[in-house]
Amino acid sequence: MDRIKIRASNISKVFSSNGKGTVVALRDFSLEVREGEFLCIVGPSGCGKSSFLRILAGLMSPSSGTLEIQPSENPLKPVTSMVFQEYAVFPWKTVLENVAFGLQMRGIPKSERLSLARVWIDRVGLSRFTHAYPHQLSGGMKQRVGIARALANDPEILLMDEPLGALDAQTRTVLQEEILRIWEERRKTVVYVTHSIEEAVLLGDRVVLMTAHPGTRKAVFPIPLPRPRDLRVTATAEFGELTYTIWEALRGEVLAAMESMGKEGLREVAK
Amino acid sequence: MKKDSSPFAFQLGISIFLFLLWNLGLSVFHGWVTLWWLGLLVDFLLIVGIAELMGRIIPSSYGPLYRRALSVSFPLLLFFAWELLVRGGVLSPDWFPPPTRIMQALWELLTKFDEFSKTSLLGRPWLLPGAIGGNRPETVGELLAESHLYATLMRVFVGFFLGAIPGILLGMVMGVSPTIRTMIDATLSAFYVLPKIAIFPIMMLIFPDPFGEGPKIAVVAISVFFLVTINTMVGVRDIEPVYLEAGRNYGARGIQLFYHVILPGALPVVFAGLRLALGTALIVIIAVEFVRAKTGVGFLTFYYWEILSPEKMYAGLVVVMVLGVLLTAGLKKVEQWFMPWRRP
Repeated sequence: MDRIKIRASNISKVFSSNGKGTVVALRDFSLEVREGEFLCIVGPSGCGKSSFLRILAGLMSPSSGTLEIQPSENPLKPVTSMVFQEYAVFPWKTVLENVAFGLQMRGIPKSERLSLARVWIDRVGLSRFTHAYPHQLSGGMKQRVGIARALANDPEILLMDEPLGALDAQTRTVLQEEILRIWEERRKTVVYVTHSIEEAVLLGDRVVLMTAHPGTRKAVFPIPLPRPRDLRVTATAEFGELTYTIWEALRGEVLAAMESMGKEGLREVAK
Repeated sequence: MKKDSSPFAFQLGISIFLFLLWNLGLSVFHGWVTLWWLGLLVDFLLIVGIAELMGRIIPSSYGPLYRRALSVSFPLLLFFAWELLVRGGVLSPDWFPPPTRIMQALWELLTKFDEFSKTSLLGRPWLLPGAIGGNRPETVGELLAESHLYATLMRVFVGFFLGAIPGILLGMVMGVSPTIRTMIDATLSAFYVLPKIAIFPIMMLIFPDPFGEGPKIAVVAISVFFLVTINTMVGVRDIEPVYLEAGRNYGARGIQLFYHVILPGALPVVFAGLRLALGTALIVIIAVEFVRAKTGVGFLTFYYWEILSPEKMYAGLVVVMVLGVLLTAGLKKVEQWFMPWRRP
């Protein structure tokens, strides 16, 4: 159980912005994720958490540092599948085609991939919308499609980039419960990026706190809340305590991030 | 809930009464000849008032139907006013032949075939079955060539396809490859702003038969090509990056990424370009036919200006309008077929 699934050591990511100098998104970021762990990353805007996720997903390569991901026994299994903040559900594909997309790209025969997709559509409660197009769905339903697409692909590691960030508070709560329920069944390795401390404490086994400008690791908080969890855990004193402890550590970072953005804004004005 | 519509009904009655009174009064006192502009303005305002009040009285379930009726009846009303103004001697039938006579002329253009001038929109389609069976002295091609409508449609279609298909291909390539885009973009933009009709003389110079179909189709194709290329390129560039990321993260590479993400993602903008290009193709072909052609709807329209036959000239314009509407509607159908996800 304690096998290390992801080992990121001293990862840095530097962007050059149109020849006008460089932006350091990540500096010397190190992290280990155990197999079957639900790891949450919290940090202020611009702390490079999305960059880190994209490096994990292979969509971006780090400027320096090493990333090791423990391969699975089954070489056909995809290493990562991502759930995006903007859903990134293809508007030109039906719910069924979207959910089966990863399987299709891996060359799984049509009947097999469609029946697998149907299972996941059913599990996220969208069977009535199997043949609907995304524009007929609400934001919460679209993100259910995004989650089903990732899980149907059965990746080694599930990456979630603020998946509930664009949803209203109530839909978010409903989907948090759904994510918990689905995760408890399989206990897949998850790296989950979020703005919300409550969400991180509710879902995660550990919460990694990041600083901004440049993005580095500030602290790691283990979340000893019992599993399986559901929303009831948010009513406990322990939950409140954990949330507040993390907020205390984060507050200074958020203020610093706001200030540095304000300074940049002032510089823009001064020009 | 019952809507109390009685005050509106009363106002509506008054408005209709005023409308009738105004028009009758103006007619009796021969006001239309000098005050036609005031007459029309007041009529328009009164009609807007009547339409507004009727909209309030009509139950909301009939709302969409009423709005459709309103949008259809307004142009009819314009035609009616036009007809009356000409018949009343306010507008000269030499410049503004009344709609009924334009329709009559259109009917003649569609049905009558004049052996001498060969001026008919359709030619002699009734001879086509015989020609296909080989029982006529004329061949099918000769019969089709008699039709001015066919001539114009052929030029538009052939030119459109010859321009659109390479345009889509080049636009896709430019959208995907920054190197090719950087190389070609400036040149393309320079050609894009050139009024395409201006290259018609060059085309006539290049083609072995300057007065044949070649230069005409080439001008249409070139006009279509630039519009479609630029729109396709923009369509590819404007795809949300997150869709490309999703495609790549789920294992799509190369041709798969193109087929599953880039092509469908760009399609809405590509079709916007095709719609623009179709309109431009029609403009260009009519202009070309004005200048140098012996067939085509544009030629026919210009010909009737030359022989001072205004109602047939107007009939030609009506044909161009109908053509534009039908072609656009046809493209819309194609669009819905290609992009089922955009259907409401």
